[in-house]
Amino acid sequence: MDAIEASNLVKKFGELEAVRGVSFTVWEGEIFGFLGPNGAGKTTAINMLCTLLRPTAGEAKVNGYDVVKECNKVRQSIGLIFQEPTLDDYLTAEQNLRFHGYAYGVPKNTLEPRLRELMEMVELWDRRKAKIRTYSGGMKRRLEIARGLLHRPKVLFLDEPTLGLDPQTRRRIWDYIHDLRQRENLTIFMTTHYMDEAENCDRVAIIDYGQIVVMDTVARLKDGVGGDVISVKTDDNEEAARLLQKQYELDSSIGNGVISFTVPHGEEFLPGFVSRFPVRLLSVSLTRPTLEDVFLKFTGRSIREQQADPMHEMKQMVRMSSRRR
Amino acid sequence: MSNFFRSVRVIAHREFLRFIHDRPRMISSFSMPLVFLVIFGAGFGRLIGQMMPGVDYIQFMYPGILAMPILMTSVMSGVSIVWDREFGFLKEVLVSPLNRSGVLAGKAAGAGIIALMQGAIMLALAPILNVPIGFRTVLALIPLLLILSFSLSALGLLIGARMRSQQGFQLLMQLVIFPMLFLSGIFFPVAQVARWLEVLSKLNPVTYGIDAVRQTFLGAEVAGVTIFGHTMGAPESAAVVAVVGVVFLTGAIWSFNRQE
Repeated sequence: MDAIEASNLVKKFGELEAVRGVSFTVWEGEIFGFLGPNGAGKTTAINMLCTLLRPTAGEAKVNGYDVVKECNKVRQSIGLIFQEPTLDDYLTAEQNLRFHGYAYGVPKNTLEPRLRELMEMVELWDRRKAKIRTYSGGMKRRLEIARGLLHRPKVLFLDEPTLGLDPQTRRRIWDYIHDLRQRENLTIFMTTHYMDEAENCDRVAIIDYGQIVVMDTVARLKDGVGGDVISVKTDDNEEAARLLQKQYELDSSIGNGVISFTVPHGEEFLPGFVSRFPVRLLSVSLTRPTLEDVFLKFTGRSIREQQADPMHEMKQMVRMSSRRR
Repeated sequence: MSNFFRSVRVIAHREFLRFIHDRPRMISSFSMPLVFLVIFGAGFGRLIGQMMPGVDYIQFMYPGILAMPILMTSVMSGVSIVWDREFGFLKEVLVSPLNRSGVLAGKAAGAGIIALMQGAIMLALAPILNVPIGFRTVLALIPLLLILSFSLSALGLLIGARMRSQQGFQLLMQLVIFPMLFLSGIFFPVAQVARWLEVLSKLNPVTYGIDAVRQTFLGAEVAGVTIFGHTMGAPESAAVVAVVGVVFLTGAIWSFNRQE
């Protein structure tokens, strides 16, 4: 059975078509990612899959259950970590987790050991009696990961799991996720607009303006861009360009005193090239294509790394001022 | 159905935990009625007392003062669903398998538990104020306070079910809660004011709640609400509050489920 099957999912908000017919399958046990700029429809798609939004058209099944007709079975079988914290600030970490356990009907005798195991995993066991108000952003996110797993979901949804966190915390969170997948045979569905984060996925769907542009494994997507970029500095760039054309039939471009060209499988090409090329080489570098290049190729533009939208920032301010009260 | 009751229990438990963790909210819910008790009791006591020969003003006001923190806290706990939405916690509830109607009913039930705690604390004041109080009175108060808090939190939920932000909140306090409080007969008997004010009072469900609580303390002769020539007894007044509460809660559930 596939973990998630979506066919032709559509979501309209009045005139605005946020998700415009997406179909995909997520296999059991894989990490599947939606990569796209802010506003591409990633969160809307995730909200439909986790039963928070009703699709305007199309169908989706999660763990074999229909997201509209069997929404309670879907809810019981998934875990979620949202972009923004969804913890109760006034309660302690432990109380938040217990609430979750009760809400999902986790039996009391398994709840306590499980709670401890997960809080130890995210290194918050010592802080279990502290109120969430005193937690940092990274701690909240880690606690939410523990909470999302408390009821042993089969699919874990992560909506921008490391948004707004420092690099060290981001790496830690990814360590947990990889570790978890091995221990619990979880399927993970995530959205992100960070290219480097999408590298953690087995398969990636690039989504733009509410549609899937391309979907494949990370390696194959990169191969599809057309190879690796090699940049060399030489004694005589003009002569080098001429020889590249003559001996290897390669087009090259010169800029900033560096001559660069694209070859498939650059790591195999380089050794022979370096030993035989007649012009003296001063430096050589090889650049693997990134998902950024993939995105550029399929959408014609580079991913918009925007700052948070103004509404979001206002909300943050409201949060802070009300906390002071 | 079992999911409904589990939802009620889980949510009520959380409301309770939240309340006892939020000390400023707890203190402020008591401080206002006490301020009113002192100001009105000392300031207007003799003046208003002339309207009701034979009844001591503090004794007249005390049942209302007892009910006041319950009113405030209950409406607030209903409206707190707006906070839950704004600060994300509502999402955690909505993606869980908890029953939606049970979630709202659980909020009302949580308000009821809190109301009983507040009632108990306010009762401790009774001996100091020379208000007669016996075991029977306390026993009769329990269902009354539960009904009152249930109805008012249902009102809060109805208001909060669609509210997206806290901006409308100040307005709500000024236009709904304070008028309801002052027009409820806590401070003066509703039968002895201008006609239009009397009509407004009688449309106010809180009036019936206060009336029932007051009759429990002082007996049927202080009954304040007369409708079409019929003077309401305590059970009748309580029934009015309960029915209004069910209507509010039904409305809140309907409006809450409709969005999505």
